[in-house]
Amino acid sequence: MSPQDRKYTKEHEWVQLEDAASRRALVGITHYAQDQLGDIVFFDLPKPGAALKQLQKMGEVESVKAVSDLFSPVTGQVVETNPELAAHPELANQDPFGAGWLLRVQIASAAELDKLMSAQEYDAFVGGLK
Amino acid sequence: MAIKGGNRNTAKLLMERSVPGRMGSVLPGLDVPPHPLPAAALLRDDLPLPEVSEPEVVQYFTGLSQLNYSIDTHFYPLGSCTMKYNPKINDEVSFLPGFAGIHPLQPAEVSQGALELLYRLQEFLREITGMAGTSLATLAGAHGELAGVLMMRAYHQARGDTARRKMAIPDSAHGTNPASAAMAGFEVVTLRSDASGNVDLNALHELAGPDLAGVMITLPSTLGLFDTQIVEVCRVVHQAGGLVYGDGANMNALVGRAKLGHLGFDVVHLNLHKTFSTPHGGGGPGAGPVCCGETLLPYLAAPVVVQDSDGTYRLTAPEHSIGKVSGFHGNFGVLVRAYTYIRTLGEAGIRAISGNAVLNANYILEKLKDIYHLPYDRRCMHEVVFSADWHKARGVSGLEIAKRLLDYGFYAPTMYFPLIVPEALMIEPTESETRETLDAFIQALRDIDREIADNPEQVRQAPHTTPVTRLDEARAARQPDLRWRP
Amino acid sequence: MKLPLQKSPQPPFTKGGLRCSPIRLGLDRPPFAQGGEGRFRLVEMVDTYFQSHYIPNTPQEQAEMLAALGLTSIDELFQDIPAQFRNPSLDLPPPMSELEIQQELGRMAARNRPLGSGPSFLGAGSYHHFIPAIVKALMTRGEFITAYTPYQPEASQGTLQVIYEFQTLISNLYGMEVANAGMYDGATSLAEGVLMACRVTRRSQAVVSDTVSPAYLNVIRTYCQPQGIEIVGARHWDPQVTGQTACLVVQYPNFYGYIEDMPAMAAAAHGQGALLVLSADPTAMALFQSPGHYGADIVTGEGQPLGIPTSFGGPYLGLFTAKQEYIRQMPSRLVGRTVDRLGRTGYVLTLQTREQHIRRERATSNICTNEALFALAATIYLAALGKQGLRQVAELCYHKAHYAASRIAQLPGYSLPFQRGDFFQEFVVQCPAPPAEINRRLLERNILGGLDLSGPPYRPLLPPAVDRGMLLCVTEMNSRADIDALVEGLGRVA
Repeated sequence: MSPQDRKYTKEHEWVQLEDAASRRALVGITHYAQDQLGDIVFFDLPKPGAALKQLQKMGEVESVKAVSDLFSPVTGQVVETNPELAAHPELANQDPFGAGWLLRVQIASAAELDKLMSAQEYDAFVGGLK
Repeated sequence: MAIKGGNRNTAKLLMERSVPGRMGSVLPGLDVPPHPLPAAALLRDDLPLPEVSEPEVVQYFTGLSQLNYSIDTHFYPLGSCTMKYNPKINDEVSFLPGFAGIHPLQPAEVSQGALELLYRLQEFLREITGMAGTSLATLAGAHGELAGVLMMRAYHQARGDTARRKMAIPDSAHGTNPASAAMAGFEVVTLRSDASGNVDLNALHELAGPDLAGVMITLPSTLGLFDTQIVEVCRVVHQAGGLVYGDGANMNALVGRAKLGHLGFDVVHLNLHKTFSTPHGGGGPGAGPVCCGETLLPYLAAPVVVQDSDGTYRLTAPEHSIGKVSGFHGNFGVLVRAYTYIRTLGEAGIRAISGNAVLNANYILEKLKDIYHLPYDRRCMHEVVFSADWHKARGVSGLEIAKRLLDYGFYAPTMYFPLIVPEALMIEPTESETRETLDAFIQALRDIDREIADNPEQVRQAPHTTPVTRLDEARAARQPDLRWRP
Repeated sequence: MKLPLQKSPQPPFTKGGLRCSPIRLGLDRPPFAQGGEGRFRLVEMVDTYFQSHYIPNTPQEQAEMLAALGLTSIDELFQDIPAQFRNPSLDLPPPMSELEIQQELGRMAARNRPLGSGPSFLGAGSYHHFIPAIVKALMTRGEFITAYTPYQPEASQGTLQVIYEFQTLISNLYGMEVANAGMYDGATSLAEGVLMACRVTRRSQAVVSDTVSPAYLNVIRTYCQPQGIEIVGARHWDPQVTGQTACLVVQYPNFYGYIEDMPAMAAAAHGQGALLVLSADPTAMALFQSPGHYGADIVTGEGQPLGIPTSFGGPYLGLFTAKQEYIRQMPSRLVGRTVDRLGRTGYVLTLQTREQHIRRERATSNICTNEALFALAATIYLAALGKQGLRQVAELCYHKAHYAASRIAQLPGYSLPFQRGDFFQEFVVQCPAPPAEINRRLLERNILGGLDLSGPPYRPLLPPAVDRGMLLCVTEMNSRADIDALVEGLGRVA
């Protein structure tokens, strides 16, 4: 079961609002995504200050023998990338919803989150992929 | 525990073996007056290279060689790579001083033997592919692809047909096809395969428009299947103003059986290290000559060899050549080997290659299709592609089956390719294997199938008998250690 | 075009030997094209009875294997090929026994002049150096030469460890952080270096010094133009690098054998945020400062001088090194060290997501098969020569080349137009007569002269005064007697 406290894309990214007032949010990939990728070895992520557009490509994730595009769940600006991730990309395998987060983002409009899936909707979506 | 190679331990690397004062080669003394060296600022004072004696070098590399599987030591059914026997006479002649010891820029008058060989080889390959001309300047299959698609680009541009930006490539294609097309500045579009493994003609019709530069087709396809609609595919592309590129990686199935030029291809490359028996060398050198029809002749990569009216040979650049693609004239030592091979076999011998290669592949197909899933239930050409999805459902992957084959003394088939077959195991036996070897290989795959029922862990943990077991590839990629450091 | 080959008489029938007479059916080409029953039977006979020493299947075995498939002839396996295109005739010369092959190829080889057959002074990108016997002895071992790309690391540790050694030694030689497993040759390696610099900087212009090999420049153009990369020529003393430039391309030593002002080159590139991309001769690196010392970003080279025969231009070996930070933009294979399940050291192909088999049209290059066997040769060569030996080779080249240059400079009519520059083993001589004529006269004395620089593409790149230039190369292979013979020969022409 995916955590209830965040929203999901069909491209298997999640976004979790940290603080509604300041519109800060964390972005990551789902358990299903890391399971499909296998051992993750590298993230190519946008640098702090970079502008993101909802559902547009924002970077890449590499496992030993695959490359996948990453899509931003929201429009906004990158505040920081997970400082642990460069040295330990395996965090995204071990704890995709926690320590393996990718970006902290300043969201342009919280209303955009309504376009994304809830945990129940996402789990149902993933169930249909299997 | 150290990796053993024969009785010689190979664990220590060269720099770790280095002992100051040892040397592996002795050079003659200086027989001219010394000249002052340049200013010290221009010179280096460190040269971190090993110091080892000649016996150590020989023992170390011999030990390393023994850690390899190779055609000479093991059956190597690596699909799409045509791991056939590499005749020793081919190596021997390539090392003749009159071939190995000549300079690429020496005058043509003292290179006529080499130029004649290149000229004849151009003609042989042109004849075998049914084309109008050949360039031997390309150094590998992918390099030939790049030259070929650059020729297509030059042709369209010369006609002012600059809107043709798209290159259609089947979903079963080798990764070099889209990579080569992209390097040549094309936009890659994927061409679907139909249920029988042919190019989907409906999909092709959708793509065949004024923006289509051409298609890149591997024949037979990477599924090991001959596209029964290939003539129609070429017709549709030509009608739309496009050109047809032929990836000759699988020519071992077709030599003497069909000429790509007759079928409608405009330009093809050949892999001399596959079809024409030149050694794979652990990953090259190869050679990827390009043969083309009349329309593309002026665009061939430079140089090509021509014969003048007085019978002498010389190098020249075709009129509208795409330019040079390599430093000199191609991988000559490889070309000598391929020439020797064709000269040894002649017409009937060339035809016997494909006959026996296809027979051997179908023999394996027939003897295993009851227990290994055959996703396209047709007769194959020179290679057979099984899917291990039945075994995956039983808890063992294609990768694990392939690794278990190593324990039986066989190199693994090509795995997980083509991408459109899940758990693909692509097996190419070639014509140069005995039936006894084929039978032993078939038996090994049948035994592994039984092991999956009786002792699946034995398969999942394979290999057990190789110098190392399964390696941590994630670690290698996460913390790249690409060179020894003190 | 008709092949200028004579068909030899029909070989005799030898049972169990190399081949038997029914092959002739294929060569004589009876009514294949006419179709019908007769054609089918003839093809069947060819298929069934042709035997080669490379193909083990006997007619009996073929028949049994076909029977297992429910077939009676090999031709039935090819029914997917439309009938009108099936089994075309091949106009090839008749087959030969190994004995005949040795003789024919021996005759062809004898029509070429090997460098070792007399004094030879031609370089210009392909160099005559001593190769220890162990290089060929080891690299032609079947376990190396008949293996392929080490996709199954457990069964390819030999090849993988060799490549790791190669990466180590080439990085050390160039003073660079990482080397890949090799490229096709020096020219393509440099062209790929330019493409990589454009990816790294996200710029699309390369400034190429006029002292880079014209052949290499030609290959750079072939590789770069389709991708819209602009190639700008620059005078080597004043490279016009701008904020749009991705890289400055320099050869070290340059095509004419001389050492450029490397700190100035590095400053020109880095001052504009461009990369310094070099093509560097590996032998010279035993004597001259390493490219890494000057802060070069991508260093490529022709690996042929490292134990690889000149072989009429190939196969050679592209060397390719870079700074660690650019590693994900590198082309070609990389081998990494890791551990197996039992914790033992082992080697694997790594960072493969850069490559065509995974990233396809977005790969860093289309390169797949490279020149692994010659990376092995170079590794054996560097191990054998080692720290002392390679330095000794470089010094022999340097002193002999300078001896030759100083003697030639004393000849009436000859001069060294770039006298003030430091050179390694090659230098330019201004001749009193057309270099082609001089070379012809030298060849009559069995001396292979230097490269004629008096015509295109070289002449426009050289100063106006150098209108009869010849590029001479002297290595450790040239004895004092060779050099004296050259000097005498040149003197006679003047």
